[in-house]
Amino acid sequence: MVEKKFKVQSSKLNGEEAKTIKLPLTKNDVLSLNVGDRVLISGQLITGRDRIHKFLFNERPRIKEIPFHLKGAVLYHCGPIIRKTEDGFKLIAGGPTTSIRVEMYEHQIISDYGIRAVMGKGGMGRKTLNALKGNGCVYLHTISGAAVYLADRIKKVVGVWKLEDFGMAEAMWVFDVEGFPAIVTMDAHGRSLHEEIEKKSYGELKRLIGFQQ
Amino acid sequence: MSRLRERIVKLYREAATSLPQDVENALEHAYEAEKGGSIGKIALSAILENIRIARDTERPLCQDTGVPIFFVRIPKGQSHLELKDTIVEATRIATKEVPLRPNAVDIISDKNSGDNTGIGFPIIYFEESHDSTFRIELMLKGSGCENVSQLYKLPFEELRAERDFDGVRRCGLDAVYKAQGRACPPYIIGIGIGASRDQVTRLAKDQLLRRIEDTNNIEVLSGLEERILKEINQLGIGPLGLGGKTTALGIKIGVNHRHPASYFVDVSICCWANRRASLTW
Repeated sequence: MVEKKFKVQSSKLNGEEAKTIKLPLTKNDVLSLNVGDRVLISGQLITGRDRIHKFLFNERPRIKEIPFHLKGAVLYHCGPIIRKTEDGFKLIAGGPTTSIRVEMYEHQIISDYGIRAVMGKGGMGRKTLNALKGNGCVYLHTISGAAVYLADRIKKVVGVWKLEDFGMAEAMWVFDVEGFPAIVTMDAHGRSLHEEIEKKSYGELKRLIGFQQ
Repeated sequence: MSRLRERIVKLYREAATSLPQDVENALEHAYEAEKGGSIGKIALSAILENIRIARDTERPLCQDTGVPIFFVRIPKGQSHLELKDTIVEATRIATKEVPLRPNAVDIISDKNSGDNTGIGFPIIYFEESHDSTFRIELMLKGSGCENVSQLYKLPFEELRAERDFDGVRRCGLDAVYKAQGRACPPYIIGIGIGASRDQVTRLAKDQLLRRIEDTNNIEVLSGLEERILKEINQLGIGPLGLGGKTTALGIKIGVNHRHPASYFVDVSICCWANRRASLTW
């Protein structure tokens, strides 16, 4: 299959310029993204949070044991509220969870499974930043707490894995999304907006409490 | 008690789906203050839209419906046990009906109970009162922000924090600096000062029930609240932690007497979704 080389185009996010991204992503797509880019994502998001990360990191299941395609995927740190209805699963709310909790696992998961974007809130640390650069992957920050605003951009719950074992919040869900908004805050070129803000705020903290260093 | 049970289910729905007006107003002000086109401004516009959609469609405004914490004032002579059972039953019903996300995980089996009930879950604080009515306040506190809250023991040399209000100020600033954007800023912050660890963490949480515009009736504390808030907003962490003017919407401080040997300061951080609702019965 011939993949289009460049799937990142332009659109609007709450009135502001944004790039549109079609999933799955290639390494070239990822390399075209930079810290500060606002993006709108269409395609399939795959969720995973604390339990999924611990499991993938320790058990290292083979790719064919996982019922969904993680290669080129966005791994979304999210524990949604989902209602089971006669017509299948219905998403009620689905905002991001704090990403730093899976810092010790993410670097290996990115390289084991070919993830091209990790999405959550609050950013991640050095280990992940190095893995983004080494593997061609980005960190996307979506809108913290905006669970129904984001749920309205999730068109369908496609499937679930490990629901029995891990429960609703911790299972691996797959969502069809359209125009799902995020901001690139850590890119594949080694830049992290989180590090920059932390450094700047440390300067302010030092000034406010009179550290001498 | 079955009518009260229904009323508590309604309280859950209100807390989960409708952010208190004072918090929404503070977020509106924060939106006005951010620079046009900035990430902070876009984020706050999406957050405000989210609050309106959640209220209109009666869906939980955040998928983490948190740990439910009840603060109950109960008339003299009424049964605590009976009310506790009613709250637990209401929690099961609300989890299905609102719906809430099942968040209670058994430490032994590592299984989620599926209905938000379990050992010490939900959390219920009782206090007997001279009133003739029940007063029930419910807070749904997300755990992202619970994770970044901090307990300090003064003096704390690393921050050059001594046993005085300047030491408290240093703790407040340090806790928010350490939290960065991990717990959904702009934050609402409760600080508790006193004699023992368990007491100050509870006291700090109590402060999160106060309305944003509420000022401390102890003048020196109200001045301290104002100063810490102003200084936190100079850290530049901003909405979502991606930079900007508003890192916190409000700071509230509560005090207890302390032991000569101790000076504990708890900084309880709450995400912008400071979900609280109350009823009188």
